[in-house]
Amino acid sequence: MITKRIIPCLDVKNGRVVKGVNFEGLTDVSSPVSLAKYYSDNLADELVFYDITASAEGRQLFTDILTEVASTIFIPLTVGGGINTTDDFDRVLKCGADKVSVNSGAIKDPSLVSAAARKYGDQCVVLSVDIKRVDGVFRVFAKGGRENTGMEAISWIKKCVANGAGEVVVNSIDTDGVKNGFDLEMLEAVCNAVTVPVIASGGAGKKQDFVDLFNALPKVDAGLAASIFHFGEVKIPDLKKTLRDNNIEVRL
Amino acid sequence: MIGIIDYGVGNLFSLTSSFKAVGADVFVSGEEKELLKAEKLILPGVGAFGDAADKLCSTGLDKFVISQAEKGVPLLGICLGMQLLFEKSYEYGEHEGLGLLKGQVVPMYGKVNGLKLPHMGWNKLHLCKPESRLFANTNEGEHVYFVHSFCAENCEDSLAAVTEYGMAVTAAVEKENIYGCQFHPEKSGEAGLKILKAFCYGKA
Repeated sequence: MITKRIIPCLDVKNGRVVKGVNFEGLTDVSSPVSLAKYYSDNLADELVFYDITASAEGRQLFTDILTEVASTIFIPLTVGGGINTTDDFDRVLKCGADKVSVNSGAIKDPSLVSAAARKYGDQCVVLSVDIKRVDGVFRVFAKGGRENTGMEAISWIKKCVANGAGEVVVNSIDTDGVKNGFDLEMLEAVCNAVTVPVIASGGAGKKQDFVDLFNALPKVDAGLAASIFHFGEVKIPDLKKTLRDNNIEVRL
Repeated sequence: MIGIIDYGVGNLFSLTSSFKAVGADVFVSGEEKELLKAEKLILPGVGAFGDAADKLCSTGLDKFVISQAEKGVPLLGICLGMQLLFEKSYEYGEHEGLGLLKGQVVPMYGKVNGLKLPHMGWNKLHLCKPESRLFANTNEGEHVYFVHSFCAENCEDSLAAVTEYGMAVTAAVEKENIYGCQFHPEKSGEAGLKILKAFCYGKA
């Protein structure tokens, strides 16, 4: 049977990996290439790179780094950040990305998902959504979680999946950086709405949070986290042993 | 020398890098006269079967691949490239394949016990051909990375490995000099590199 995937996420700015708490107060952690190699050697099932650079120079630096990562490690790579057109898909796919994650780009231009899915296949298009509860309603936030789009999250996700998004990363702004567990309520709502793979993001602080995630919501395919992996608070081989001890299928 | 056949389908960056990583001398080309120099050929592929088969035919590379395979040149099809080795595909219509292996490619929809499709992620290999070259260095139960919604069937004479996904899914085939992996060895970490190494050099 297919395994649950554990995915470290690397936010890259000016060639370095950074991770913010609730998206603010960025802290430099390490080099993307050495971290990627470390994760690949230590049983990460996939890696996600978010380019959070705004400048053109930074973007070039990012694609150079991506090329270096993709020629060094041989597990699936997803790239996001600054993806606004199918040309952006092309740019990162040529550097060795396998999947491309769209967030604000799809909000600005909802036809991006269908255009990219037609050109590169559904499996290549990952919808990433930053979601926050506003007056008890799940709302889609744009621009790295700073701007409320006013859109209701579940209907937005359903629409994008119908347009060809092959996977959905659900990032709960409410639990991100809090390290008190994934947002099970939000994830359940998404899992009940779509049949494509769902990746949980935001809130993992310890191994048990992943056990609780996969036990409570067997339909969730993967768990994604950043700083707890980067700072070694949770080691992926240990995490996977714990998951296996809890009868959750993993690659070990 | 390993020649990766470029017929305009998908991106060959990772595949090329992974062969380099196992120490192989590798090149990418869409030109017959270049590919003739290859001692081993790789047929890659992503996307839809019909489009890929059309591209392979329109470049004339279909006949080249068949003739090299018939001469005994080792040929490894990867993902859609493996599916193209078979006689036929029923992916959105009916399409002719290269016919190098017996079998057809059929949709997995409705056969996987309600599981999600595409079948995407890491799954276990169950080896079923003890004399296999591809898996000469692979242990039963190793995980490799899959992304597909269609699979080969009626290919018992070449079947080398299966994986479980609501059904027994053809994971790899091997018959004489014709090899195929439904999974992506170039995305399967060390397990994948071992398979590419075995294809290049045999048992370690």
